[in-house]
Order: sequence, then structure tokens, then C-alpha cells
Amino acid sequence: MELALHQPAPLLKRLSWFDWLFAVIIASSGLFALSRFGEFMDPYEKGILLAAIPALAVFGWFWKSFRPLFIIVGAVSLFAISQYHGNLARMDEAFFLKYLISSQAAIMWMCALFGLATLTYWIGLLARSEFTMKTATAMTWSAVALGFIGLMVRWYESYLIGTDVGHIPVSNLYEVFVLFCLITAMLYLYYEARYQTRQMGAFVLLVISAAVGFILWYALDRGAHEIQPLVPALKSWWMKLHVPANFIGYGSFSISAMLGAAYLLAQRGILASRLPKLEVIDDIMYKSIAIGFAFFTIATILGAMWAAEAWGGYWSWDPKETWALIVWLNYAAWLHIRLVKGLRGPMLAWWALGGLLVTTFAFLGVNMFLSGLHSYGTL
Amino acid sequence: MNSTSPSFGKSVFELLSSMRFAISLLSILAVASIIGTVLKQAEPYNNYIIQFGPFWFEAYEKLGLYDVYHAAWFLVILTFLVVSTTVCIYRNAPNFAREMKSFREHVSEQSLNAFKHKHEVVTSQTPEVLAASVQHYLEGQGYKVKNLPREEGVLLAAKAGSWNRLGYFLAHSAIVMICIGGLIDGNLVFKVQQLLGYKKIETRDIPQSQVPAISRLSPSNPSFRGSVQIPEGSSADVVFLNVADGYLVQDLPFTVALKQFRIEHYTTGQPKNFESDLEIFDRSGKKIRDATIAVNHPLIQDGIAIYQASFADGGTRLSLRGWNLFAPTASPFPIDGTVHQNAALTSEAGDYTLEFTDFRPFNIENMGGDAAESGSTMSVLGGSPISDKKHLRNVGPSFQYKLRDSRGQAHEFSNYMLPLELDGRWYMMSGVRDAPNEAFRYMRMPLDADGNIETFMRLRGALLNPAWRHEIAANFAHQALPQNASDPQIEGKLTNSAAQVLALFAKGGFQTLGQFIETNVPAAEREKAAGTYLRILELAAYEALRIANRQAHLPEPKPDDATGWLVRDTLNSVSDMFVYGAPIYLQLMHYDEVKASGLQLTRSPGKNVVYLGSFLLTLGVFFMLFVRERRVWLRIKPGHALLAMSSAKHTIDFEKEFTQHAQALDTLAK
Repeated sequence: MELALHQPAPLLKRLSWFDWLFAVIIASSGLFALSRFGEFMDPYEKGILLAAIPALAVFGWFWKSFRPLFIIVGAVSLFAISQYHGNLARMDEAFFLKYLISSQAAIMWMCALFGLATLTYWIGLLARSEFTMKTATAMTWSAVALGFIGLMVRWYESYLIGTDVGHIPVSNLYEVFVLFCLITAMLYLYYEARYQTRQMGAFVLLVISAAVGFILWYALDRGAHEIQPLVPALKSWWMKLHVPANFIGYGSFSISAMLGAAYLLAQRGILASRLPKLEVIDDIMYKSIAIGFAFFTIATILGAMWAAEAWGGYWSWDPKETWALIVWLNYAAWLHIRLVKGLRGPMLAWWALGGLLVTTFAFLGVNMFLSGLHSYGTL
Repeated sequence: MNSTSPSFGKSVFELLSSMRFAISLLSILAVASIIGTVLKQAEPYNNYIIQFGPFWFEAYEKLGLYDVYHAAWFLVILTFLVVSTTVCIYRNAPNFAREMKSFREHVSEQSLNAFKHKHEVVTSQTPEVLAASVQHYLEGQGYKVKNLPREEGVLLAAKAGSWNRLGYFLAHSAIVMICIGGLIDGNLVFKVQQLLGYKKIETRDIPQSQVPAISRLSPSNPSFRGSVQIPEGSSADVVFLNVADGYLVQDLPFTVALKQFRIEHYTTGQPKNFESDLEIFDRSGKKIRDATIAVNHPLIQDGIAIYQASFADGGTRLSLRGWNLFAPTASPFPIDGTVHQNAALTSEAGDYTLEFTDFRPFNIENMGGDAAESGSTMSVLGGSPISDKKHLRNVGPSFQYKLRDSRGQAHEFSNYMLPLELDGRWYMMSGVRDAPNEAFRYMRMPLDADGNIETFMRLRGALLNPAWRHEIAANFAHQALPQNASDPQIEGKLTNSAAQVLALFAKGGFQTLGQFIETNVPAAEREKAAGTYLRILELAAYEALRIANRQAHLPEPKPDDATGWLVRDTLNSVSDMFVYGAPIYLQLMHYDEVKASGLQLTRSPGKNVVYLGSFLLTLGVFFMLFVRERRVWLRIKPGHALLAMSSAKHTIDFEKEFTQHAQALDTLAK
């Protein structure tokens, strides 16, 4: 009888031994990093590291699939680092590094797997094959793991180039595009498990594949994959907070746009029998925008606070700032219509899809067409 | 917000607080914001005139497009946003506050029956017992429950997620706070003073001490954002605020002195850090503190934040050698200059003003590295993100100056101090351009075996010297003909031709020679003639070098490849001199660098209001989006219970939760 009532037990009692093990692993690795590298960190960086321990632990408790991902990424990254023997040249000598888990190799594997996953999701969707779509999910998870390994190893490689060059790999357009793919994929994987539906993967992975296409072009044509030292303005602990928060926003908005497209197709009877019910698509679209809006708000505020420290003013109407405001206003209007007017349906789906244009311009177009203080990645 | 309530009749009030108005405002604000990102803001007005022409320039100026975000109409939009949001809060506040507290316990049984989400069960339990167990269940689910006795039984009224409404208050009042904070830090006070005629923008380029009081702002000005450039060893007690096409002088409550400015570099040459060692003095000259600021590490003094914003040359002293390019001699003259200062120059070609504009101690240049190399597919897929920056090189100091003639026409020059290696040979480089938006065109002067430009200058002097021309031509003719077949007539003809070629070249380089060929040689033979003339010129130039060396009591030039290239490069360079645009070349010999640090000083009392608003906004957004407000009622009568549930948003989660509660009731009622 108690079970049928879904009486929620206190949080701590619901945790399994694995949850506790996970928390212990995170805490001990965080504290180890602090004791070993603490002398090179400023108080803010130490604060971020310490705050990351409970944040990651609770996140893992909340989304169980994050735990194995974290442990695997950590273990493989450490293995990769051990293969270097502190020598960058090992990248071309050690077998594992050369073909699998040096930063660039891992990121290229990530790109390949995202591409394959997109294809597989579509085959699964068209053939109505649950097994094929499960395979696609596995590929997406592998891509996420490899992408994170790539970023971790890149972080380490940057310190091998020079201790003054080393920095967290979220500092230029190439690195944040990798981050964008990873965050978008993780958000999607969360919804996939939560709603028990894999059909939307075909749509969401399209936007990730587009980003992968950009990464490949950017690296092959422009050599953007090279690790560059930070310009003075970026040398700040704010970067560790501002950039990831922003990309949770961008990733969520992209997912909502893809779901908007799926909604519009299904509503016209295209793929309708293969896609989830309209209410489900609509619900995830809303949730995705809600998460995105919340994090985009935080990211913009953090950006303003950083600007106050680096540029001398929390708001200078710099093109990037202004476009962040435009994106924010766009989704604020969307949420008002949805929440206050209670409106649903194709209009909001169109709007979410159009929002992708605004978001892409803020993210990429500003760097391409406009100049300003925030020019950390050019094409 | 869109529900009409007859107690607030006024239509303005209705409009301001309406949803449609709010959404329109958000959209208008977004579109208006785009303008300022497309059109570059706060450029010098001249740039706009060039870009748009006088008519559109004035039209756009009237619309305030050059400073959109401070234009009156933009502030009006923002004001409407603040008013609309405030009215909206005012309108909803009492209602929402009631809703938060209320359990809606007066709901009647009929209205519960009319709910879309309702569930009826038959129970064998007494109302009190069932009420107790359901209350326990709902409280476990996070609900606040009120147990109310009703006729023939009990009414349970429960609510959860009231903070959603609190989120509304927080988020919307946060917007008002942020806008007000921003307004405090904006230039509203000055705008009003300007409108009333108390303050005026200064547009003249005069020393700041001469700027009249009407264009000065007092140290007590509550908010400003200005900048100032201080050379090492100097100080400043004002900053400059750029406004429209002029500026204002903001007096500071203290004096900032710059002891030293430093740039640290990475091994690749990119800048790593900019730092200024500052001293702060009060107005009476007493030192308050020493401090070092860097990018991302400002200093706060008397509520004024001091930022490292930029850097520039602060008046480097330059020791130069001037080469008179068109004089038939080879001797330079000394000349001294200071960056940001002018020097007068008198020459045969007229009077000039030298304006020294900049000095750069480093120049990182791309020395012909192949970009395709690093972009090859294998190097990307094969896995090295390590940048190979061998083609980037520091080529040493350079300085920039403008040479203005008596009519006011100026060319801009950029000269490197050290020679550069191009195609395996070394040159002194001097760039010239006519307008700031052009790229520099470089004249390259070849170095001799000792690494100097003296040989080039000597040969140039000899080539331009009409007194030597006949001797050069004769020597050439003598050398050109076979020793055993000397024919005075042919030799004389050859001498004349060579002298003519030399004279043409001395008049205007290859271009004059080309024009001569075009007018005097039939089209079919031009190419051949050009080849012959070039050959004559090269050989004659070699003879010129021999004579020049002999005159200067120097050893005979070696007849080798290096001399051959030197002669060829000299001819090219002399030919370029005619389009160089200046009668002199300035060679940098020594310098004594003085750097200047660009500081930005701001006072922004609205910052804390904005930050508090931002914090509330974050809280509000999370409450609004992630806390769902739900209400549950359970009317229990003997043998029978009715569950009803409501929420402002009927999401999938809500449906799920209703099903869960209904099942729970089924179980509990058994």
C-alpha cells in the first residue's frame, strides 16, 4: 500500500550505495585537485572547485545516468594524461593517444559518432525500429563521453604547451562549439530518458550535426583547432561560469527549435505516426525553453558582472551584449504568451523555430558580421 | 494580466497593463536594439558623413542613430517598459498576494463537480479517518493542507507551489529595479543639464586646462564613465567623456600618476598581460596609495573604479637619420623627434611638417608561413592542436609619421628600424599610404654586404647625379664592347644611348623609360627595346657604383651575384622613390621609449541596484518556471469522496500528478 502512494522518502534515504560512491569519488577527486593545484588558484577558482563538488554530486543523484558518464570520462581522461608522460610529442607516438584519446582524436571521434547517430536515429525513425534507435542513443552517449574526454585532455595539453598558456577549453569559437554539441546532446538525452521516447533524436541530432559540420570546416579550413593562449581580457575565473551557463541556454533553445520543426511537420501529418504525440513535443519544447531561459538569464547576468570587471561597465551596449538582450527578450515574449495567454500550437512552434535564427545570430553572426569588445572567435 | 476588471476602468491603465502592450514593448525594444549593433555607435562624425553623405547624415543624427541607446526615443521605450511592468505589478499584486495565502476553502461542492480534473470514490471509512490519511499523504507530497469541517463530513483544501506567484513579483520588480539602476548610471543628469543650457559639449581640440566650466563636470558628479591616457611619469586629475561629436571634462577627486606601464608577452609574441603601476594622490598632493592594476583587476578609489583599458605611445624620443632622396649625394643629416609632436623640415622641394604619430617596440608579422600547411586534413584528424607559429616573427620596432606639405597634403609613413628578410635578401622597409583605411605600400631598400643602406644610397646618388652621367655612360660603353674590336664611332653611339637611358631613369624611373619607349619605338619592337634598355641600365648602374666607390675611397665592388642583386634592387627602389611621396627617408637609429596607459574611470552608483535586481530576477525566473502552483480539494461525505485538482498550467506533469493523486485516493479509501 505504501508503494502505491508514491510517498517520497527523504532525499538522503533514497540514495543507493552507488550514489554515495559517486559523491565520494567526486569529493575526493575535487579535494585532491585542491591540495595538489591549490597554490596556483586564486580564491575564486578554489571556490568554484569546491562548489562544483556538491553541485556535481547532486546533479548525479538527480540524473542517474550522469554518474557513469562522469566516472568514465574521468577515468579515460586520467588514462590519457598518464600516457603523455608530460611530453606533448607522445601525442603522435602513443597508440591510444594518436588514434583515440588525444584531444583532437577524441573530438574527431565525437564528430563521427554524432554524424552516425543522426543517421541512425533517422533510419530508426523511418523504419520504426526501436532497436536501431537504441543503437543511436548508445552512439550519442559515446559521442558525449568522447567529446568530454577530448575537452579534458585538451585542457591538460594546453598546460603542456606552457604553464602560462594553460586554460579551460571554453575560450574560443572552436572549443565552445564542441561544448555546444555536448550540452545539447546531454539535454536531449535527459529528455529522451524522462519521456521514454527516442523519436525526437532524429530532429535534435540534426542541429548537433550542423554544429559538427561547422567544427570540421572550422578546423580543416581555418586551423581553428589550434590551442591559443588567452588574451588578457579572458584571463578570469568568470569564464568558467559565464560560458557554460550560456551554452546551456543556446543548447536548450536549439532543442526547442528542432522540436518546433518536428511539431509543425507532425501537425501537417508528416511523420505524424512516427513522432510522439503533439502534447509531448509541445511539453518538451516548453521545458527546454524554460531551462534555456533560466540559464541564459544567469549567463547574461554573469556576463554583465564580468564586463563590469574587465571592460569597466556592466552594460556597454556592445553588439554581443545587445544581441544577448534581444535573444532574452525574444524568449521572454515567448514565455509570456505561453504562460499568461496559455497559447499553444503552431504559432509558438514557428516562434521557437524562428528563435533559432536569433540565437544563431547572437552566437555566431555577431562574431562574423559585427565588431565589438566580445570578439573572441572570428571566422 | 489580460483579464478585464471593471473596478479599474481607465483605458490607459488597461492598455499599459495589457499583455499585448507588454509583448509589443518587448518586440519594439528588441528591434530598436538591433539598430545600434548594425550601425557602429559613437564613431567620429566625419566617418558618418563619408558613409552616408550630408543629407542622410543629418537625418540620422536627428534620429539619434549614432548613439541609439541614449537617444530620447529609446529612453521613452524603456520608460514605457518600466511603467507597464509597474502597472502590471500594481494591478496583480493584491490578487496574487491573496492567492498565495488563500486555500480557496469556500469552494462549493457544485463547483468542484464542474472541475475538469475530478475523481470520485466510494469509501467505507469515516470522513475523519479518510481525511487524516489523505492529509498525511498530501503533506508527504509537499502540499499545505487545511482540514475544514463541513456539513456531513470534511473538506480538505490543499495547495502547493505558491512561490510561483512570489516568482512573478520578484522577476517583474527586478526588471523595474534593473532599468532604474541603469538609468542612474546613464547620462540622464547631463542630458537634462544640456537641455536646460547649463552644460555644453566641447568640440575644440584644446588643452583640458582651457576647457571652460560649462563643459566640465564636478568631482561630485554621481555617475560617469570616462577615459584618459597617461604617459609614464605623468599624472592626470581629469577624465574625458565622449559625447556625440565632442567631449566633456570630468574633474576627479584625486590625481592618478602612472609610474610604469608593462606588457608581458607569451613566447609566441601574443600579449599576455597589461599592467600599470599607479600612484594616487589627493587634491592637496598627499599620496594616498600605490596600486597596480591589470585587465580584469581594477582598483576602487573613492567609489571610482580605475580600469586598465588600453595603451599607446606616450611620447617616445626618436633619433633619426634623414636621407635626402633626390639629392645627388649620399650623406644623411641627423634629426630628432618625439611621438605626438611635430617637427619642421625645410628642403629644396619645399617646406614640410613632420608629425610623429606612433612608435611600436614590437611588430609580430607573418613572414610567409604557409597557412595551408597547418590546415591539412591529416594534421587536423591526426591530432595535433599545437600551433606551429614558426612563420610569426617579431620584426622589431617601427615608427609612424605623417609628412605634410605646405598645402596641407599629407602622406603617412611607417618605417621599420631593423631590416627584413624577403626572398632571401635583406632590405630596409618603408611603408607609405595616402589614407588611413589603405594598406601600406612598401619601398624596400637593399642592404650591402655590411648590412647597411650606405651602398644603396651611394649608388642612388650616383645615378641621380647629372655631372657623372657622361663618365658612367662612357665606362659602360667601353666595358660593353669587346676589347679587340673597339670602334670609337660605335662606342660614342653607345655612350650617348646609355647617357640618355640614365637621364630618363633619373627623371622618373622605369615609368619615364616606359613612356619614352612607347612614344619613340614602334609597337612590334617595344619588348625588345625594353629588354635592351634594362640591360644597359643595369650594366651602367654597375659602372656608376664603381665610380661612386672610387670617389668615396672605397674598394671596387665585387662582380658577383650579390652585387648584381644589389644593383637590380637599387634600380627598383629608386624607381619606386618617384611615387614614394616624400623627398626624404627617415631611418630610425635610437629610441627612448615612453609608454602611456589608457585608463577608464567609472563611478556607477546604480550598479548595486542592478545587481540586486539581477539576483531577484534569477530567483523570480526559477520560481516562475520551475515551481508549479497546484491546488487539491477533497470533499468527504460518509461513504463518498470527491477529489478535484486545479492549476494555472495544464501540463503533462499536471495530468500525471492528478492520476497519481486519484490512484492514491483509491488506495486510501478502500
